[in-house]
Amino acid sequence: MKNAMNRFTLEARAALQQAGLVHGLEKPDRESGAGRGPAPQNGVSVPAFSRRDFLKSSGALIVGFSILGNRNARAQFGPAAAGSPPAGQVDSWIAIGSDGRVIAYTGKEELGQGIVTAQTQLVAEELSVPFEHVTLIYCDTSMTPDQGVTSGSQSHPSNFNRANLAQAGATAREALFQMASQKLGVPADRLTAWDGVISVKNDGAKKVTYAELLGGKKFAMAVNPNAKRKPVKEWKVLGTSVKRQDFPEVMTGRFEYVHNVRLPGMLHGRVVRPPAVGARVMSVDESSVKDIPGVKVVVKKDFVGVVAEKQMYAAEAAAKLKVDWSAGTGLPKQSEIYDWLKKQPSRDALMVDSKDTEQALASGATVVKATYRHPYQKHAGLGASCAVADVQGDKAVIYSPTQGVWHQRNCSAMILGLKPENVRVIFRRGSGCYGLNGADAVTFDAALLSQAVGKPVRVQLTRKDEMAWENFGFAFVLEQRAALDARGNIVAWEHESWSPNRGGRPGLGNPGNVVTGNLVGFEPQPFQPAPAAQPQRYNNNLNGIPSYVAGRVAAKDQGTGTVKSEKVLTHVVASPFWTGPLRSPSRLQNTFAHESFMDELAAKVKADPVEYRLRHLRDERVIDVLKGATKLANWEARPSPKPGNKRTGVVTGRGVACVAYEGDNGYTGIVVEADVNQDTGKVSVRRIWVAIDAGPISNPDGLRNQAEGGALQGMSRALGEEVTWDNEKVTSIDWRTFHSLPLGFDIPKMESVLIDRPDEEATGAGETAITVMAAAIGNAIFDATGVRIREIPLNPERVKAALRARG
Amino acid sequence: MAITLKVNGQSHTVNVDPSTPLLYVLSDELAVRGPKFGCGLGQCGACTAIVNGAAIRTCVTPVSMAAGKEITTLEGLGTPEKPHPLQQAFIDEQAAQCGFCVNGAILTAKAYLDKNPRANEKDIQQALSGVLCRCFSHVRMYKAIAKYTGITTSAAASKGVAR
Repeated sequence: MKNAMNRFTLEARAALQQAGLVHGLEKPDRESGAGRGPAPQNGVSVPAFSRRDFLKSSGALIVGFSILGNRNARAQFGPAAAGSPPAGQVDSWIAIGSDGRVIAYTGKEELGQGIVTAQTQLVAEELSVPFEHVTLIYCDTSMTPDQGVTSGSQSHPSNFNRANLAQAGATAREALFQMASQKLGVPADRLTAWDGVISVKNDGAKKVTYAELLGGKKFAMAVNPNAKRKPVKEWKVLGTSVKRQDFPEVMTGRFEYVHNVRLPGMLHGRVVRPPAVGARVMSVDESSVKDIPGVKVVVKKDFVGVVAEKQMYAAEAAAKLKVDWSAGTGLPKQSEIYDWLKKQPSRDALMVDSKDTEQALASGATVVKATYRHPYQKHAGLGASCAVADVQGDKAVIYSPTQGVWHQRNCSAMILGLKPENVRVIFRRGSGCYGLNGADAVTFDAALLSQAVGKPVRVQLTRKDEMAWENFGFAFVLEQRAALDARGNIVAWEHESWSPNRGGRPGLGNPGNVVTGNLVGFEPQPFQPAPAAQPQRYNNNLNGIPSYVAGRVAAKDQGTGTVKSEKVLTHVVASPFWTGPLRSPSRLQNTFAHESFMDELAAKVKADPVEYRLRHLRDERVIDVLKGATKLANWEARPSPKPGNKRTGVVTGRGVACVAYEGDNGYTGIVVEADVNQDTGKVSVRRIWVAIDAGPISNPDGLRNQAEGGALQGMSRALGEEVTWDNEKVTSIDWRTFHSLPLGFDIPKMESVLIDRPDEEATGAGETAITVMAAAIGNAIFDATGVRIREIPLNPERVKAALRARG
Repeated sequence: MAITLKVNGQSHTVNVDPSTPLLYVLSDELAVRGPKFGCGLGQCGACTAIVNGAAIRTCVTPVSMAAGKEITTLEGLGTPEKPHPLQQAFIDEQAAQCGFCVNGAILTAKAYLDKNPRANEKDIQQALSGVLCRCFSHVRMYKAIAKYTGITTSAAASKGVAR
């Protein structure tokens, strides 16, 4: 079947290419290795022909939406006019080819998190076909349902519960069973299905295939919210560790990343970013690059770029172009950033407020206060971002690594002055994403340069372009105040935080939320200081509310803990740098403060940090992941710090942390064991034990991969990653100045336990383990040395200074 | 000027400026997908190719220096249908997330292990000290390398259970 599919893809491509419907990629040649790249395989990398062409060629006459435009003239633009198919229709999600192959469409894309494999499993499960018989097509504005952005640990909840892809699949199966029931004259409950064949239970001779049933017709029905999902206990494909279908190509260098997209006549572009934050173009001296072959300089307000036939000439020209820039607007001193944040006008929000914390803090037997600091960090994908755009007249086709093709379409249209329906954005995987990296900005760069030269342009950002101008993860300063009673129990908890914000995801109408949009004149969404209103509904989306408080809003306890006197106040201030979601945005910083502080409170009353947490928790799922991790680690109940550790040399400690991600979107508990070299300040994590609960497990190995990668990425962020700057510009601009743990370090031994919850809804998974690492490591340092470090990164200089202060 | 490159056993003549980074020639002139632009500074390994047996950073290597030499890219080790044993180990261990870094990880390990088949865990760590993976698939990559070489590493002893 897979071969048949590949053959179809290749034949269809050839035919469409002839008809001018698809750009001429290289001739497929999978064996030679060098030279021509191969055709995209297994359907996920479908080139720019239309959904209708695709389905027609596969023998299924399923056209869920109309096709506009003249197919003969630049027909790859045509289908874009139709826009995305309606999410409420089964045909928008599921189609059956005449060969029984299931084709599914989704708006949630593969960024490396394995969600395409999991979604393919889901469709195979609901339609009762083998995994290999499903082709999943994702994130093309003219082919797939509009599901907004692939982000925020929302793909699993969106598509695996009672809506969208899962529900469309369930509706399709029920419809096929109804048709089979009529055809075979047997009630639907006496039928069974496998591999595209519906047969009568105990009478396998009576059967009919999906292809025969549909007879070339579309489902033509709405997604039924009451269609019954396949029960977890009947799962054959979901719940198993199906291997990633892209990996054979990834590991052998055949996979097409956006960096590998090549269009006929394509030119190479580079951008010239300002030398300082806030600097503006005064003049550009084009003669400075006149001796570099075939260079075209493009200037639009403060956006500067160059285009050339060869990538090297574009790179040379970008480096050599003389641009007279105004002075920058200046930056607050890095050494004073946390005080600076607290002094800015702020937009405030109260997440919970029992209105009695002040009194409780004044009268508590013991009051503990602490301030935590978390730096700006960055996504810093391994590959600098890249995009390819082909803008011709009033139409555009754009290959982008964006997390949101529909948002990108709207915003590119705004930047180009085109109608959104004339812009088609096709997702191609970039380098690892982790949130809002340079993907959207580089897509605007490519669109602008292509429009300026009237030819397809590929833009490759440099490492510095990426690292100095991406939307950084938020810096945070967080204050904690707690009152304890005579028995050491927490009776009141106040949390207050300050974090800076500028821009963010472009969304449907804010191209100025990332650097390129702003350079061509769009403003970021405005920042308005505002006082806090009383909370109207419980929302712990940012994990501002600690796990240990009652979370009482609208006269109902909705949190995961027991402390009734509670107040959480947040302040957002204007940032000098671009900011945006970086894996576990705000949740990670808040959890660092909460889980570190919880450890401080336990130490204050000489309680075991696990027992102390359990004392204040009431949510079963948080309790279970905490117990799961500590059981795996053979946790020995005792207070921190560890007795008997020397004050010189290498000492070992253990730390624990847990979280209900976003309050209820994934649960994790973690225990780490770390060595602290008290002479050098170096912290080495030796062991990690992690427990994760993400609802029913769709793919155990995929979940484990997320847990492992998340834990280690969290470790790298906690130990070394920090944006740095001087008085006008970012200075962490490469891998010497921004410290990511390389492959060659002592990698901790890691054990994980996955807690399966077949009766619960699917939750997020990718942002759970990363959220708790910083606190767990900080707690381990305290356990080992008795020193509490309240600022990230926990790098050798900081650890050494803290140890020196201990004496 | 015309330069002849021998890539994965095939000769290609390209007409390029001799100072062009080898990476651009491989990816732009020859449509080779294995080596990738990571940093352009030789700091991350994403652009690695094996030239005359040594893993080199093609983003900072002028094409003229590779003329006439044996260049092997990720494509040259194996195919999706018949991967090289080290590639197969990476597939078996599902040792990636986005996969952008595996070019550097696999080729650097391959070149090193070819010359040092008796390398121990520390040696391999040292060899990979200049290779980055931002998805942090480190545990799985060491498992894959351990599977390929038979060397046990502490990371490779990692495990998971479902309950």
